Amino acid sequence: MNKLNFLQPDKNNLNTYLYTGTILVALSIFIVFLNSFFNKDLISFLPGTLSFFLPLILGFIGLHLIRIEYSGLKFLDSINKHINTNNFNAFLSLLIVFVVIKSLPPLLSWFILDANIAGDSKDVCTGTGACWTYIKIWFNRFMYGMYPNAEQWRINLSFIALAFLGTIGFFATEKFKKYLTLYYVVIYPVIAFFFIFFFISGGPIFFDFSYGIIAAVISIIIGFFIPSKFKMYYFIIVPITLYILLKYVFFYEELIELGKLEALEWVETGAWGGLSLTFIVSFFCLIFCFPIGLFLSLGRRSDFPIIKYFSIGMIEFWRGVPLITVLFMSSVMFPMFLPEDMFIDKLVRVIIAISLFEAAYVAEVIRGGLQALPRGQYDAAKSLGMGYWKMHILVILPQALKLVIPGIANTFLALVKDTPLIFVVGLLEIVGMLNLAKTNPEWLGFAMEGYVFASVLFFIICYAMSKYSYNLEQKYKTER
Amino acid sequence: MSDKIIQITEMNKWFGDFQVLKNINLEVEKNKKIVVCGPSGSGKSTLIRCINRLEEHQEGSIIVDGNELTADTKDIEKIRAEVGMVFQQFNLFPHLSILDNCTLAPIWVKKMPKKDAEDLAIQHLEKVQIADQAHKYPGQLSGGQQQRCAIARALCMEPKIMLFDEPTSALDPEMIKEVLDAMVNLAKAGMTMIVVTHEMGFAKEVADEVIFMDEGMIVEKAETKEFFANPKSDRTKLFLSQIL
Repeated sequence: MNKLNFLQPDKNNLNTYLYTGTILVALSIFIVFLNSFFNKDLISFLPGTLSFFLPLILGFIGLHLIRIEYSGLKFLDSINKHINTNNFNAFLSLLIVFVVIKSLPPLLSWFILDANIAGDSKDVCTGTGACWTYIKIWFNRFMYGMYPNAEQWRINLSFIALAFLGTIGFFATEKFKKYLTLYYVVIYPVIAFFFIFFFISGGPIFFDFSYGIIAAVISIIIGFFIPSKFKMYYFIIVPITLYILLKYVFFYEELIELGKLEALEWVETGAWGGLSLTFIVSFFCLIFCFPIGLFLSLGRRSDFPIIKYFSIGMIEFWRGVPLITVLFMSSVMFPMFLPEDMFIDKLVRVIIAISLFEAAYVAEVIRGGLQALPRGQYDAAKSLGMGYWKMHILVILPQALKLVIPGIANTFLALVKDTPLIFVVGLLEIVGMLNLAKTNPEWLGFAMEGYVFASVLFFIICYAMSKYSYNLEQKYKTER
Repeated sequence: MSDKIIQITEMNKWFGDFQVLKNINLEVEKNKKIVVCGPSGSGKSTLIRCINRLEEHQEGSIIVDGNELTADTKDIEKIRAEVGMVFQQFNLFPHLSILDNCTLAPIWVKKMPKKDAEDLAIQHLEKVQIADQAHKYPGQLSGGQQQRCAIARALCMEPKIMLFDEPTSALDPEMIKEVLDAMVNLAKAGMTMIVVTHEMGFAKEVADEVIFMDEGMIVEKAETKEFFANPKSDRTKLFLSQIL
């Protein structure tokens, strides 16, 4: 047997070091575990400070003893490599393990063991834990705001329809693949707008939605017989003309009659709220701010002074003001500049304001990507005879946008998390609803549960977005 | 003369205060191969970049295939489509496969049907012997293969003139030959070519004329044999003695 040297463990006495070390580490964790879960202090006989630090010291010595390089044991090597490379890392690892063990019991008890979910009034919440009954009772409000209960199927239907239309791209056949970008950039947002604005709003305005759908269907059917050369203009002009004809010529007199018909109940945007409003606001802001930001970033690099300085002005203005003042201005000051009889919905104004605000950030992120591309890419595209738009759409933007996916995802996540700010103009999305609910005299004192609930929801949404952006990055990784 | 496909007269160009090209006069006839050589910073690259207006000149005139290049040339894209260019850094589009690199411009600029464009691309890729790599991405190919792909990409536009801007300077010595071979084949097929290069072997083999540039001026312009046998100016002699 070789001589033991406890200051420098080596391979020769592997087992001795291993057993001593493991026992010490296990002992230290056991002490903390007992203390945390069963409130028993094994080492209370020691002086105060020492008993507090003893587990840490024991574990530290243990980890030191098992730090043996190339021991030949896979598990040990992996531990040494990842959490036990040197004294400092060993110390941090131990600390993290202890903190986790220490904080588990209170968390478990608050979230699950002592929590209540049964019943339907606050009286059932007698335990020391969370009162999930509160979330259960208010769930509907947190999801739909003040939207009338009987009409909530309209929100559900809209979201399901939009989700379905959104995933249609995955099933597109080869022939329609090249129109996908057009679909997602132009057609889908318009459909989404129709759905949300007309269907969820309802009321007389709902008939506009019907005309829109009829116009779209008719024009698509006729569209099959139009030579592809004119299709672009056709699809811009004909649906709009048809819509106007339907609305003002064919059905004009019926429209007055239609008031008697049973239309959907009109729900003003002030009553929208909860998580569905979070979705609506984030969704529209996302799809609007991206193209606006794209054009601003291109505009900033333009050779035309007017476009260039307009873009710079826009970007710097929106980046320079706080979002909260933008929202205030959109709801308080903006209507003052409008003619008396003109009225733009509060929600629409808010969406425009946030979109422009975030567009400035998106523009700068995209500009970063544009600047990262070598000049040679522009030269090559030009030398093949491409003009400005072809060069950008086919060569420059696909590469630049790919580079800035992380930056864009960052901006979008920030946008989603900024939406609660719309409470300043009186729109109550989920956090706004929480604030409202916690001041309800019947349900005072449950703010904590509400915020935890909202945090979890936001985390799920944002984590999904960030995962998706990471997937996109991997999908478009082609070079090097 | 109608077979003068490029005519440059009294052309001057400045970058800011610095005059890069001084009083350039050059005529290129159809199907001729011109090699431009000279020390670095002599304006060779700038000269051929002016021919498809990647750089703008300030004085004088450049006439390419009957069209004068000026600031208000509306259809500069059309002229560029007729002039293929190969760059020192390849400048392939890294987000597209080799085949898509070759078909992109024919489909979107010349409005060629996709099937025809792909056939054409494969045909040209075969000529430069990388048809088997057609579905890889540029990042997966060696420098020599990338440069040959760049040649094929330019050829897919069926240009009347090909410009080469130091096509072998960024390559390992082993790969230079495969690129030069592709260029020699192209020359034999009768393409009008202007090549900026330091490969004097290539110049001797294919060039009809050699132009020597220094400090933004054309110092010497002569038939290939004449150029190498009896260079006239001292500057040319010095250059040749160093490079050969």
